[in-house]
Amino acid sequence: MNDYLFLYRGGQRPTGSPEQMQNSMQKWMAWMKELGDKGHIRDMGHPLEQSGKVVKAHKTVTDGPFAEAKDLIGGYTLVQAKDLAQAADLTAGCPIFDVGGFVEVRPIMKTGM
Amino acid sequence: MELGDHLFRREAGRMVAALTRVFGIHNLALAEDVVQDAFCRALEVWKFRGIPENPSAWLMATAKHRAIDVLRRERTARTFAPEVGRLLESEWTLVPAVEELFEPVAMKDDLLRMMFSCCNPRLAEQAQVALVLHILCGFGISEVAAAFLDSAAATQKRISRAKKALASSKRLFDLGDADFSRRLSAVHRALYLLFNEGYHGASSESAMQVDLCREALRLASLLLEHPNTATPASYALAALMSLHAARLPARLNAAGQLQTLFDQDRSQWDGKLIAEGQRLLELSATGPEVTEYHVEGAIAAAHARAARMETTNWAQIVALYDKLAAIRPSPIVALNRAIAVAQKEGPERGLEELAAIPSRDRLARYPFYFAALGELELGCGHYELARQHFSEALERARNAMEREFFARQLRSIP
Repeated sequence: MNDYLFLYRGGQRPTGSPEQMQNSMQKWMAWMKELGDKGHIRDMGHPLEQSGKVVKAHKTVTDGPFAEAKDLIGGYTLVQAKDLAQAADLTAGCPIFDVGGFVEVRPIMKTGM
Repeated sequence: MELGDHLFRREAGRMVAALTRVFGIHNLALAEDVVQDAFCRALEVWKFRGIPENPSAWLMATAKHRAIDVLRRERTARTFAPEVGRLLESEWTLVPAVEELFEPVAMKDDLLRMMFSCCNPRLAEQAQVALVLHILCGFGISEVAAAFLDSAAATQKRISRAKKALASSKRLFDLGDADFSRRLSAVHRALYLLFNEGYHGASSESAMQVDLCREALRLASLLLEHPNTATPASYALAALMSLHAARLPARLNAAGQLQTLFDQDRSQWDGKLIAEGQRLLELSATGPEVTEYHVEGAIAAAHARAARMETTNWAQIVALYDKLAAIRPSPIVALNRAIAVAQKEGPERGLEELAAIPSRDRLARYPFYFAALGELELGCGHYELARQHFSEALERARNAMEREFFARQLRSIP
């Protein structure tokens, strides 16, 4: 098994009714639970605030991040899969697709060779 | 940890009610933004970290923190609730003031205050009901539209106009206001209409109908928790809703077909709700005033007492309808009275009563009026007339369930 990072990117902020919000919440929970039940979750991860600071050389600090909303990282999860292809397949049914977002799947680099 | 059904919807009402008390009713839109924000945050956090131990408290605390942010940022640009305005001006008093406003004790009557504010007589009854459903029950525009079988555009227009009127009232209604008892009647009426929309309304989804009835019952029960609002009429209203709601499980048979009161499987009635309704009806029997809710509750109780259709006390029910027609005459009341008369004295007498309804033309679009005519003509052996009336009912059916029901009646004619 190898480790992969799911980066949840973009996606519209939900604007639906409370009932619709609760439904999309339940979809997320169900999707995450299925990943976990199948033994693919190493770390559920965290959501990220939409605002922060961008620090560059010479201590230049600005409010950021600068990515466009459609590319902003909203959170991450650490998953386990056989290979990159399987890791990519695991994103199937991720509710972020319903709101126009996408999942970036990045292998964690193997160290200690 | 599972989320309760409709948790967000219910919490939306509680949060908006609490936030408008801090922001002032004129900042209703701002309060709604903060609620939406709290839901977004819950969605973001919970999907990674799981549902918290007490989701309601989590949401309310999130709304409170967001409210403090907003107050800090906008306290020079906006005016907030007049009764707390001074406290919100200084950083020293802002946080303690908001904390205090979000204490359970302080929030206890928020929903009631908002309920009374929504039932402003300056708004049409239909707008009041839509507002209650939208603000207090957390129904989105499209959900309100589905409940009333109306277009989303028309509902949007009605609700935003009503919200504007609500936001332009200077402050939230106070339960100690001089106008209290008149406003309480308006609240009763709005909750009654909301319940009726569920019970007799046109919405085709039975889940939606049950939802509306439950929401109305929930809000009516809130009235019983405050000494000012727990009047005999409030008890009667909650009683009549409970007794009617008890019959909801039997309204559809196993095949999903609509069943009238006459052919329902009465063992499906909710015995607990019936007992609760009877208890509330007893509690309503104090004071000199007999309202329409008392009488309707008594009618529902008479039906509930009959384990079989044949043991129904129709003489008592006709007498109660006479009383109801005196308190609040309407073609629907007259129609139901005629049906009871037919049970007591035969279909010919029922037809006479139907023919004597003064404003019958107001029933011209109501399918069950024609179904009653058909039923009674059928009872008299006038098959051709019965066929004609059931066809008229079928033409006016408002959803698939009703269409199937009238078609079935049509087929039952020998």
